[in-house]
Amino acid sequence: MDDVTTGEPLIVLDAVNKWFGPLHVLDDVSLSVGRGEVVVVIGPSGSGKSTLCRAINRLEPINSGTITFDGQPLPAEGKPLAKLRSEVGMVFQSFNLFAHKTILENVTLGPIKVRKEKPAAARERGLALLDRVGIANQADKFPAQLSGGQQQRVAIARALAMQPKAMLFDEPTSALDPEMVGEVLDVMTSLASDGMTMVVVTHEMGFARHAANRVIFMADGQLVEDAPPAEFFANPRSERARDFLSKILTH
Amino acid sequence: MNVLIDKFDVFAGGFWLTLQICLLAAIGALLLGAIVAVLRISPVPPLRALGTSYVNIFRNMPLTVVMFFAAFGLPALGSNADFLRIPVLDSLFSRLGTDLPYFRFALIALVLYTAAFVCEALRSGVNAVPAGQAEAARSLGLTFGQNLRYVVLPQSWQASVVPLGSVIIAMIKNSALAGFFGIVGDLSATADQLTGAEGYAFVPVAIGISVGYLIMTVPLGTLLDRIEKRQAVAR
Repeated sequence: MDDVTTGEPLIVLDAVNKWFGPLHVLDDVSLSVGRGEVVVVIGPSGSGKSTLCRAINRLEPINSGTITFDGQPLPAEGKPLAKLRSEVGMVFQSFNLFAHKTILENVTLGPIKVRKEKPAAARERGLALLDRVGIANQADKFPAQLSGGQQQRVAIARALAMQPKAMLFDEPTSALDPEMVGEVLDVMTSLASDGMTMVVVTHEMGFARHAANRVIFMADGQLVEDAPPAEFFANPRSERARDFLSKILTH
Repeated sequence: MNVLIDKFDVFAGGFWLTLQICLLAAIGALLLGAIVAVLRISPVPPLRALGTSYVNIFRNMPLTVVMFFAAFGLPALGSNADFLRIPVLDSLFSRLGTDLPYFRFALIALVLYTAAFVCEALRSGVNAVPAGQAEAARSLGLTFGQNLRYVVLPQSWQASVVPLGSVIIAMIKNSALAGFFGIVGDLSATADQLTGAEGYAFVPVAIGISVGYLIMTVPLGTLLDRIEKRQAVAR
């Protein structure tokens, strides 16, 4: 898993600050993510890791600093922003599948309406993606008829259907029953090994250990540590990271 | 009670005219209300302010005053609302095309007033759609318009349809105000004509008129109940 980074980084955050009212949720955060790199973001709740993830496709606007994606600063709004978002896949904690559309329609909506692909071609590719995440036989059902794990795998397929340059995962397994976490992590692991650039906010330390190139530890809006997983878990440098790890790894 | 039979044609004429106003006003209010609703939820602040001002003005002004503004304000501005003489429509709804403009004035007032309520009914439906749906659509790269069209509005419709029906029922009843301007000859004006000019007893006439309104509103209410039940099953 070494040496995956080639050329200029795909995602660069430089001195990013964001406040929610008086709360400083992102405190001078700088980070760069190379092409093909898998970066796992961990930290206590309220540390700003979800906000960081959502800032990368501007679901959360920032107050100062710059974010560039593929060499371009994030557009402020309108069509250029929509175009950027179409190149960055996003997977949410609560799945957010379109409730009024079938599984296959969920996966083909973006390609047909945003990329203007032919419906037949989009369906064919959609089915292939559903097959890849193991849900092709549920294509005509509605989201509410699927289990949480299945819905989240559909959400990953929906994001992949746009052929994104990077994927953002905002706590993708936190809303799942424990027995369904594995099936979602399996899909993510296979994506990672295929070379997808990924930013993953998660509490799954196993995934961080075996799939990440780097682990980012955040606390109180600050990026506290940035290290390869083996090094981070064996030898956290900061007191806060040691404290965090001792709390989650002792059970 | 003979008046109901003897003057059935007058009741029927009034009923037909009220039905015309209501059909046209409902179409107009739904269209205008949808536009105002889009303004109110738009990401552009000046457009949002425009939509909000519209709702604040027309939702909070008495309909009578809006009607006075239409009936006396428009002529003062030199307009007979001739833009409503829409070619094909005015052959279906003959009053749209007449030289007496009061049908058109009443229609404009009713549309402007009701659109504010339509906007709020639609917007409450939009707010009932979980925020994550629009967020997921945005993250796929759908534009604001596509987001509304393919993701938010199809789902908001379910939550909007019942309050929207109530707005239209209220509008049908509000249309009676047009009659008391003595200008249109709709169902409510029928009372004036039969009791005042022709000396019939009030109660039978009022019963006839009430039945006329109930014929329009009760089926609509029943339809709404059906839709609501069907949705309950679908969930």
